[in-house]
Amino acid sequence: MSKVVTAKKRLFAFILLGWVLLIFSDRVGELTQYRGAFVATYALAIASIILLTGYSGQLSLGHSALMAVGAYAGALTINNLKLHPVVGLIAAALVAGVFGLVFGYAAARLSGPYLAGTTLALAVSLPTIANQFPILGGEQGLLFDVGAPPTRLGEEFSQYQWFFWISCLSALIMIWLLVNLLNSRYGREFRALRDNPIAAQLAGINTGLQKAMAFGLSAGIAGLSGGLLVMLISGVSPSAFPLSLSFLLLAGAVITGVYGLGGVMIGGVILVAIPEIAESIAIALGGSEGFTISLPDFMVGSLVILTVLFTPYGIGGQLHKLKHHKH
Amino acid sequence: MNQFITAVLTSLSSGAIYALMSISLVLVWRSTRVINFAQAAQAVLTTYIGYEVITRSGSFWLGLIVAVIAGGIIGAGIDILFMREIFKRASTGPIAMIAPVVATTALLGVIYSLIGFIWGISYKTIEAPVSTNGLSIFGSVVAFSPFNLLVLITVTISMVVLTILFQKTNIGLALRASAHAPEISKLSGIKVDAVRTLGWAIAGGAGSLAGMLYIPGSYLYPNSMAVLLVFGFIAAVIGGLDSLFGAVAGAMVLGFAINFSASYVSYKLVFPTAFVILILVLLIKPNGIFSSGKGRRD
Amino acid sequence: MTLIVEGLTIDHGAIRAISNVSFKVPQGQLAAIIGSNGAGKTTLLRTLSGLKKATSGSATWDGHSILDKRTEDLARSGIVHVSDGKSVIAELTVKDNLALPGIWRKDKKDVASATTEVIEMFPILGQRLSQSAGSLSGGERQMLAIGRALIARPKLLLLDEPSLGLAPLIVEQIFQTIKLLVTKMDLTVVLVEQNAMGALKIANEGIVLNLGSVVAVDSANKLLSDPALRAAYLGF
Repeated sequence: MSKVVTAKKRLFAFILLGWVLLIFSDRVGELTQYRGAFVATYALAIASIILLTGYSGQLSLGHSALMAVGAYAGALTINNLKLHPVVGLIAAALVAGVFGLVFGYAAARLSGPYLAGTTLALAVSLPTIANQFPILGGEQGLLFDVGAPPTRLGEEFSQYQWFFWISCLSALIMIWLLVNLLNSRYGREFRALRDNPIAAQLAGINTGLQKAMAFGLSAGIAGLSGGLLVMLISGVSPSAFPLSLSFLLLAGAVITGVYGLGGVMIGGVILVAIPEIAESIAIALGGSEGFTISLPDFMVGSLVILTVLFTPYGIGGQLHKLKHHKH
Repeated sequence: MNQFITAVLTSLSSGAIYALMSISLVLVWRSTRVINFAQAAQAVLTTYIGYEVITRSGSFWLGLIVAVIAGGIIGAGIDILFMREIFKRASTGPIAMIAPVVATTALLGVIYSLIGFIWGISYKTIEAPVSTNGLSIFGSVVAFSPFNLLVLITVTISMVVLTILFQKTNIGLALRASAHAPEISKLSGIKVDAVRTLGWAIAGGAGSLAGMLYIPGSYLYPNSMAVLLVFGFIAAVIGGLDSLFGAVAGAMVLGFAINFSASYVSYKLVFPTAFVILILVLLIKPNGIFSSGKGRRD
Repeated sequence: MTLIVEGLTIDHGAIRAISNVSFKVPQGQLAAIIGSNGAGKTTLLRTLSGLKKATSGSATWDGHSILDKRTEDLARSGIVHVSDGKSVIAELTVKDNLALPGIWRKDKKDVASATTEVIEMFPILGQRLSQSAGSLSGGERQMLAIGRALIARPKLLLLDEPSLGLAPLIVEQIFQTIKLLVTKMDLTVVLVEQNAMGALKIANEGIVLNLGSVVAVDSANKLLSDPALRAAYLGF
């Protein structure tokens, strides 16, 4: 099958998925719409990790900070520059992307654990900077308001459905762009970086620049998801982006399958579903407060361990294998 | 002058605790090529065990000893029961690179949640065996207490013991050989697997010691050693992951940088300072200050 | 005690590195395994010392199978493999490198006398005891590797290309030392070499490998003196 045809098929699939989601949002209640928006947001964040770690082989523990950069950039654009919320989201992606590009370039010489350590330090230090500059709103943070849905969508159209539309649309567009990118020459170059950096260098690939670009791209996507996240909680503050979020995203990416974008939606669903499932279990078992609060972490951690041990390519990888076994 | 002396002393004592954590991370890195993020969780777990012992016996020292021994046992257990499985299953393909580190991160979460299950999340305290009030030096009170001094002494003794172990004993030679060149060590008859487990045990003990010396100054709750993990890791990276000496040096550099910036600039800039120091070091030496630049040879 | 290899087949993923190889090395003999690059010689040794798993076939020493044992256990029971080139731990001192077998050997007195013997045999090592092994020249490293192996009091010594990258004079020295070891210490030695002439000169038996299969097994003298054999299998 020629490449053009595959690309067209892909575009069609995405448009179809978008249409299905739109119809879906009409038929479900507000809580599901709200949760669905979170699913899309997490799916996008997971996609950024898959790009960076699965495709270009760089491990980052700092994506919570990158999401924060995007979120604050978006908030400032809307509040201070008084621009349209869509511009705010675009700004979130761009600012985080540039930040990631610069960071990725500086960090290009760092290998595995050294990069991990640097991103870890970034993740813990960046949120505290918000306390230093009054313009960033300190501990209480800043408002992030995308406004009410346009009136022409009708009175039945809730704020949550509006959230759902925005996040799903953003996620779909971004992921479609990403999939196309990864299937192009850039995707191959990224994978060369991951599998055999020396060979890649010998083949003439500027590994430092490639690494920086992968980082910048990943940061941009993370920034956008950060903007979406604070849209959903209507405000950005340092406590919205703790270090544990970085770990959670990494866990989500591994469970999804860190080598392909196939299952990001599933990953998003899992991340949103686990706290809910944990709460139901905790209520059913009647556990103590310590039990209830710790259960989600236990479930996520166990899932990751089980994934690494039994399905190292994640859920997405398993589905991919099944699809190909049929042929 | 008072401020300076205080800053130096607190730098030494916090650097000492970070050093214990960074040593344990470097030990595991050298023997297994994995960053054991679960180390903090192991340390917290053994500190809770120490807490139970102290509550029942009233003795801090007994609690400390039990915690360190438990740390060794748990560390060895994780290597034998968990890490070997991970390496067996995920040793090929691209996942091999990140599977172990992701596994330790997941283990971190699981241990934390188990602690929450068993002990709940309310804050507990461990009383220090000596006073935690500032000492009086030359007539003025310095923010350095007898407990800080105790920490410093304990850590120094541990370093000396570890150095003797590594440099002067057969076991230490086996540890060093296995870390540098596992295949040649096997060919020389060294049981590299058992030695690696021993490395995990020592790392576990060091982490436990760090935990027991860290908590009396603050509260004990499941997430109470997150800062220690972060700083221990940063210290290890600064020093260069391949050398125990680097781990200590990195911890001291970090300790001084953080405490001086907290004292003279602002206590709110602790994390950004750590970040800046890390970036500065890695820009000049991407593999840490004391790295030799040589990769591992098999 | 004899080394008996029968029908040994070893695969490297999809590539068959060694195919149905059989040979015998009686005690106290030096067998030279020769062949060009890619003939599978190193793979063969690595399998005999437990670093690699065989696909099929058998190898026994003194009647006991050695293919299912762990490398360190084989080393402790007297089968010592000196792998090619990089076989010393560069970050440790010469003294520390020599001390490695002493970690597990129970007879500490014998370890001490073995170490003394090794230093007598290779005086240069005695001069460089506190230097890092990485600072030694190629020939000195080879001596260190062999010396370390001897302190383990091996019964079967597997040597992988000890002459690789060394100057001819040093190579000569090393080969003479190996010959001496066999005669003096009743060692059984399997010597893998690309330097076919040098190896066959000191060996009792020669085994020629090509692309993973045995193409000739004969006494070393015969292989050296028969022009037809030499031309066909040794290329000179």
